[in-house]
Amino acid sequence: MAEDLINSYRTGPDEAGRFGIFGGRFVSETLMPLILDLEAEYEKAKTDPAFWAEMDDLWTHYVGRPSPLYFAERLTARLGGAKIYMKRDELNHTGAHKINNVLGQILLARRMGKERIIAETGAGQHGVATATVCARFGLKCVVYMGAHDVERQAPNVFRMRLLGAEVIPVTSGRGTLKDAMNDALRDWVTNVRDTFYCIGTVAGPHPYPAMVRDFQSIIGKEARAQMLAREGRLPDTIIAAIGGGSNAMGLFHPFLDDTSVRIIGVEAGGKGVDERMEHCASLTGGRPGVLHGNRTYLLQDADGQILEGHSISAGLDYPGIGPEHAWLHDIGRAEYVSITDTEALAAFRLCCEEEGIIPALETAHAFAHVMKIAPALPADHLICMNMCGRGDKDIFTVARHLGFEMKV
Amino acid sequence: MTRIDVRFAALKAEGRKAFVAYIMGGDPDHDRSLALMQGLPAAGVDVIELGLPFTDPMADGPTIQRAGQRALEGGQTLALTLAMVRAFRAGDDATPIVLMGYYNPIYSMGVERFVAEATSAGVDGLIIVDLPPEEDAELCLPARAAGMNFIRLATPTTDDRRLPTVLRNTSGFVYYVSITGITGAGAADAGAVAPEVARIKAATDLPVIVGFGIATPEAARAVASVADGCVVGSAIVAKIGSGAPVAEVLGFVADLAAGAHSA
Repeated sequence: MAEDLINSYRTGPDEAGRFGIFGGRFVSETLMPLILDLEAEYEKAKTDPAFWAEMDDLWTHYVGRPSPLYFAERLTARLGGAKIYMKRDELNHTGAHKINNVLGQILLARRMGKERIIAETGAGQHGVATATVCARFGLKCVVYMGAHDVERQAPNVFRMRLLGAEVIPVTSGRGTLKDAMNDALRDWVTNVRDTFYCIGTVAGPHPYPAMVRDFQSIIGKEARAQMLAREGRLPDTIIAAIGGGSNAMGLFHPFLDDTSVRIIGVEAGGKGVDERMEHCASLTGGRPGVLHGNRTYLLQDADGQILEGHSISAGLDYPGIGPEHAWLHDIGRAEYVSITDTEALAAFRLCCEEEGIIPALETAHAFAHVMKIAPALPADHLICMNMCGRGDKDIFTVARHLGFEMKV
Repeated sequence: MTRIDVRFAALKAEGRKAFVAYIMGGDPDHDRSLALMQGLPAAGVDVIELGLPFTDPMADGPTIQRAGQRALEGGQTLALTLAMVRAFRAGDDATPIVLMGYYNPIYSMGVERFVAEATSAGVDGLIIVDLPPEEDAELCLPARAAGMNFIRLATPTTDDRRLPTVLRNTSGFVYYVSITGITGAGAADAGAVAPEVARIKAATDLPVIVGFGIATPEAARAVASVADGCVVGSAIVAKIGSGAPVAEVLGFVADLAAGAHSA
């Protein structure tokens, strides 16, 4: 890596929305004017103190920020190595980091005069956050969710409906997050005039990857200040789980120029990253391609057809990854590893038993990697992992995998 | 001059409207798809749009999504679609062929290799839905340099401010999308389309062809009468999807073509 040639890792994307070769604006002409409008509106909002004052107020009083930086004392003792901190974003209103971004996009939608909000969701956390904020502001909300995910995330589906959202099960493809995103894009292209597409991750056409990252960066900004206050120095390693990669990008971005900080993203290894492709590890098992408005690493076959992948966690079940992660991977500033379903389940249980925290299955992937590396690290090595979501929504899935009969 | 330019010049000289038909390459299977394609010119089709199947056709409605799935399940690949073009060219060197699809299979093959193989196979133009003018360096410019037309979609959201950007590297013809939405949804309203076509024609000398939401010979006639021609896709693909034999599909295409040509 030509480190001396790069002044900062935090300046992307360029004007074309590129991080290196990744990102861009690969959308149909119908959507292009909307994306340009959104970019202009976001650029205005970004430097408008009134916009951030409203965000801060909602983050504080509605979401419950800042989220704590918690020292996981028993897990640290149990693993017997590095000192483990958890950034407790699962304590946010709606139980995950997703609402950080949704608030920003909904405030933008209001500034743009859009009254109908659409969203895609995998695990349902982004859908719940969107439905929540739409209820808070009296906006119409339509959530596209893969039919397979509707089934495996029933509690979140009910939550969204309680909040007044219309949940549309998507049956095209295999009925997961990728297909939900296709149908959300089809809705958007049909209802361009009154509809705002609230994307839940750091993917999609420019400016979404940058905009969602900026809204999620509150995680890393807080964690950085909290660690400095607590330990008097930066963490040595930061770790987060990655589907599209929004919680990870939010944690990573404020640390990118702190080159002493090791950055690790954890992808869903499903049943193992091999030629069977029953995983969702786009960086470790995919190659660059173009989907959903951006160029990034994708799971695909030799003909460029997109593969479905597999993960126990609906939120990670996506064949792509945010373009900034693809770039960080290629330049080597962040490392990306994968964790299997089985390892994530074991981590899920350990976190419940040792810390009294039920993590989301997505989050359990990050924790599983902490379990792998912490024991071999010295006691003064500081790990900060993002506890990006709580696992209440996953108890049915976990129960089924543990062979526990649970009547709903 | 591509075959597209030659064809439109001839249509203009004859004072006729163009009828453009879309079928998905490899749907319902490779052999029947090729047979259909070979039958289109005799059914009155002036320009053939050959769909490239893709797993995630974000701008397409269920009819064309299913056609793509059928083709992919039958083993269709970009290389096989190019082979279809080659086979078609063996018997017809005049009918223009436009490939229509999404970028990833092309990117996966490699732009340089794709452009070389497509031109040698006899492809005349490309419509790649997810490559707006902002991404012209990807494929539009290399394809033009190799002598292919790059046909751009203009839509109801393409306002006067943006229109020059859309037209800048467009050649062959301009494809006006009659509705905001996906293929196979809604119905084109010739009354609403007419001023939009006039607006585009004021900004370019290229023929303007209207597509999306045209399913009957009557609609083909109505829309073609306010433009330089029209495209029918989903209605033909739905007929193929219903299991209709090749001859019956071609009969339906002939009716649509007659509708457009009567304008």
